[in-house]
Amino acid sequence: MIRFILLQNRQGKTRLAKYYIPLEESEKHKVEYEVHRLVVNRDPKFTNFVEFRTHKVIYRRYAGLFFSLCVDITDNELAYLEGIHLFVEILDHFFSNVCELDLVFNFHKVYLILDEFILAGEFQETSKKAIIERMGELEKQE
Amino acid sequence: MALSGMRGLSVFISEIRNCQNKEQERLRVDKELGNIRTRFKNEKGLTPYDKKKYVWKMLYIFMLGYDVDFGHMEAVSLISAPKYPEKQVGYLVTSCLLNENHDFLRLAINTVRNDIIGRNETFQCLALTMVGNIGGREFAESLAPDVQKLLVSSSCRPLVRKKAALCLLRLFRKNPDVVNVDGWSDRMTQLLDEKNLGVLTSSMSLFVALVSNNHEAYWSCLPKCVKVLERLARNQDIPQEYTYYGIPSPWLQVKTMRALQYFPTVEDPNTRRALFEVLQRILMGTDVVKNVNKNNASHAVLFEALALVMHLDAEKEMLSQCVALLGKFIAVREPNIRYLGLENMTRMLMVTDVQDIIKRHQAQIITSLKDPDISIRRRALDLLYGMCDVSNAKDIVEELLQYLGTADFTMREELALKAAILAEKFAPDLSWYVDVILQLIDKAGDFVSDDIWFRVVQFVTNNEDLQPYAALKAREYLDKPAIHETMVKVSAYLLGEYSHLLARRPGCSPKDIFVIIHEKLPTVSTPTISILLSTYAKILMHSQPPDPELQNQIWAIFSKYETCIDTEIQQRAVEYFALSRKGEALMDILAEMPKFPERESSLIKKAEDTEADTAELSAIKSRTQQQASNALVVTDQREPPQLGMVKIPSVDHNSVSVDQELTQANGISHEVDHPQPDILGDLLSPLAIEAPPPPPPPVSEDDALALAPVEEQDNLVKPIGDTAERFHALCLKDSGVLYEDPYVQIGIKADWRGHQGRLVIFLGNKTTSSLTSVEAVVLPPSHLKLEVSSVPEVIPPRAQVQCPVEVVNLGPSRDVAVLDFSYMFGTSLVESKLRLPAVINKFFQPIPVSTEEFFPQWRSLAGPPLKLQEVVRGVRAMSLGEMSHLFSSLRLIVCPGLDPNPSNLVATTTFYSESTRAMLCLVRIETDPADRTQLRMTVASQDPTLTFELKEYIKEHLISIPTAPSMPQQPQPIASSDPGALLAGLL
Repeated sequence: MIRFILLQNRQGKTRLAKYYIPLEESEKHKVEYEVHRLVVNRDPKFTNFVEFRTHKVIYRRYAGLFFSLCVDITDNELAYLEGIHLFVEILDHFFSNVCELDLVFNFHKVYLILDEFILAGEFQETSKKAIIERMGELEKQE
Repeated sequence: MALSGMRGLSVFISEIRNCQNKEQERLRVDKELGNIRTRFKNEKGLTPYDKKKYVWKMLYIFMLGYDVDFGHMEAVSLISAPKYPEKQVGYLVTSCLLNENHDFLRLAINTVRNDIIGRNETFQCLALTMVGNIGGREFAESLAPDVQKLLVSSSCRPLVRKKAALCLLRLFRKNPDVVNVDGWSDRMTQLLDEKNLGVLTSSMSLFVALVSNNHEAYWSCLPKCVKVLERLARNQDIPQEYTYYGIPSPWLQVKTMRALQYFPTVEDPNTRRALFEVLQRILMGTDVVKNVNKNNASHAVLFEALALVMHLDAEKEMLSQCVALLGKFIAVREPNIRYLGLENMTRMLMVTDVQDIIKRHQAQIITSLKDPDISIRRRALDLLYGMCDVSNAKDIVEELLQYLGTADFTMREELALKAAILAEKFAPDLSWYVDVILQLIDKAGDFVSDDIWFRVVQFVTNNEDLQPYAALKAREYLDKPAIHETMVKVSAYLLGEYSHLLARRPGCSPKDIFVIIHEKLPTVSTPTISILLSTYAKILMHSQPPDPELQNQIWAIFSKYETCIDTEIQQRAVEYFALSRKGEALMDILAEMPKFPERESSLIKKAEDTEADTAELSAIKSRTQQQASNALVVTDQREPPQLGMVKIPSVDHNSVSVDQELTQANGISHEVDHPQPDILGDLLSPLAIEAPPPPPPPVSEDDALALAPVEEQDNLVKPIGDTAERFHALCLKDSGVLYEDPYVQIGIKADWRGHQGRLVIFLGNKTTSSLTSVEAVVLPPSHLKLEVSSVPEVIPPRAQVQCPVEVVNLGPSRDVAVLDFSYMFGTSLVESKLRLPAVINKFFQPIPVSTEEFFPQWRSLAGPPLKLQEVVRGVRAMSLGEMSHLFSSLRLIVCPGLDPNPSNLVATTTFYSESTRAMLCLVRIETDPADRTQLRMTVASQDPTLTFELKEYIKEHLISIPTAPSMPQQPQPIASSDPGALLAGLL
């Protein structure tokens, strides 16, 4: 299962952090710091997987943003790697040509999208169409 | 650029972005937090919109890395808002800021339940999402049945049902005992027929959790799973929106195959055939394509299929297909695929006998060991380690050693350990093994754990043929200009024992050996000095006839260290000095170490333990037990020569204990699993093995707790000595006798570090016949986590067995662990229940506290329940000095000068447990010089339970020794309004 999801820029600023395991605030900040250090200097030619404590981080870089998923050591790496890409496609569709600023100013929307995509550390819905339609429904209620 | 829709929020974010530096940002954030605090404090005029905006701001500030504890309550309270926009923010921010352990969540349980069972679908979704993300035990208890209903309800939209499936998964994962899933196999069968792929995806995750917990209950779902997989793999009836780059939901395919791996096998021939057809199709039909996403997605499916094939004991043909594929993968340039190829090849090793085919790729794998990406290097290392056997051990270990020189620091320890294990497991000859370990120490001394060099010493000790070679090698390394301290240790040890075997070689006279070792002394740390002193003593013993010059030199060193501040070194120096003047007797006492009893390599055990940990997670690994380690068997079966006590009965009592000290002085026996059968003598001397059992003294009947024989009337065996008193004494020290009767003696030796400890129970048979049906069960109290090794059923005559107990302290409590010990002697059953001295003060560490630290602490802990005071009466007579002594035995440190009144005493300590951080405890005792039988005690700490338990515990020790019937005592808690208490508060 997914232990947590982080979205960080190259400077280590957190743009989204969602934890599916109970952590204290201080531990969360520590984890964010460590994961950023772990992925930021890796060569683009390296694997997208790196061990983190007793788990592994599956990460992918889009422009200046790192999307990192921490999963169990026996989880299927590539499935989660493409999960990241699907999430990015959904964001891209929702914000039409997403950029970092969209995610900064609309971080609350990003959290809402994530909650339609992943729940309890598992994929909930893998249809881009279904998620975009659902977001439309929710926006109407606001 | 889209703005957030909340102007205040957007402005705030912009301002933060415009901050030039961290300091400005902090100022801006502090200002905002101040503003939010004030606004929340005075809720008047705060519109729902404002609340929403402030809670979002808090989440943003939290993401920046600042603490927003104060706002948790506000986020939770928004959950009860009547309208969607606020409620949504409440749910979402709560699930980001809080976790299942926060008490605030309880406040929301009712609202959450109403939202879940209510008719508003949007609210249902919000509630399910939050519980699915952070729900804990109380949510499981109150909500699980409702969530189950939603999942199978026909009136709910798929939207709600998929959330219900994952919400239930969360509750079940966290508290399988609370969520009742009896009879769920039928529902699961239905759910697997689900047409909506969103619901099916979520249900499949739930299914994986249910099967992994108990596959027996879900056999009926297995054909359904295969059907799902067939449907996906053949792309039958899959809506376009669920295909990803042309591949029917790779995530659902992967999950389905993961579920299938939790069934031990697929028995039904039709299902099995269908499944293998699909798998075959995936294995053969996956091509490498240009599009990265498509390629990844299809390979995600392929690798899961490989794992399933390995799990299912497929036919050899299919397995060789898999190996061929993997062989291809480990040679490609694409790093992810190569990584996965290596990883899966390692898994392959564990399930099938394809070693020989894998070995063909050895050269390729070694290339990956040098890859710039550490992730790939790690996988290559794992694979090389797994595929190593006698035939390729030399090559692989050489590669590892070579790589060790350039490897990153993060990998060196693992590399060193793995190389050492492989060398031990597969050494073609033992001299090679010694070479490898010495090279390891030479190249990466910092990363060679003590276990590794202990093990080489053990091997050399047990193999006479190896001894001259090892000594010679050690001698060679000492010639190198700068050597690692571990090398000094192992060389000094080996040369102390075996340098006399080299005596005729040039540069190897006792004197030469001494000189070259002594050169290192100024550079080494204290523990090594102890080893060197032992080596000198041994060299001295081996130089026969004595060389007066050498003797004087070594004696001078001994006398120099007689005043050393380190007690271990001091003791060795004094004893060796005294011993070395005994002449002939020295020969016996300093004789070579006897062979170590054969035992499992601690290294291999360590490695297996770590493997076992990760194996738990893996569906595949869990069914393939690691083969028992086939470490080289080097000891022959002869009885180890007896040494020590048994060998030198003529020596007077003093030197007996010195000899035992020597056994330890070798630096080995102490740390390795206590090889000496007579180590008990050291701990529990004098052990009355030889002496006829003294007539049993009458047992005091009042210590029933400590010793409760099962059948009192039949139980003829009475304990020797006062068992309760023995326990009491062991509360104050770490080794000694816990229990003794005419047949058995039970000793304890313990070592405590922070909240952990290791307690070894020594069970000694004093008689000349075997004790049978031996059972030792430890009943832990709730605040201790104990891991007890098993005890053999039979203890041979005059033998002793050890039962190590690992202790972890979870919290403060005075409850004690009880050892339930029983055995048969002849036809009578002897049983006793013994308290184990794993008591609260063992988890103390006396750390001195300065006046500046003490007083603020003392004042900040103002009164009950953190600070408790009590007048204790019936205190046994002791002087203040004796009381200080008692306190230090309890691991409290007495701080003189903190209390101006000379008849008072102030002590501190730090308490460690897993659940709490290190906690400072403060104790003050005010005695009355006129009446020594009463005193006033004040105990304070950050934790009310700890304060109470500590106060009671100290009282137990102050009041009376356990043998004496306890004095009537009436503790009187003093209210803080008491003037005396107020006075004390001024301290």
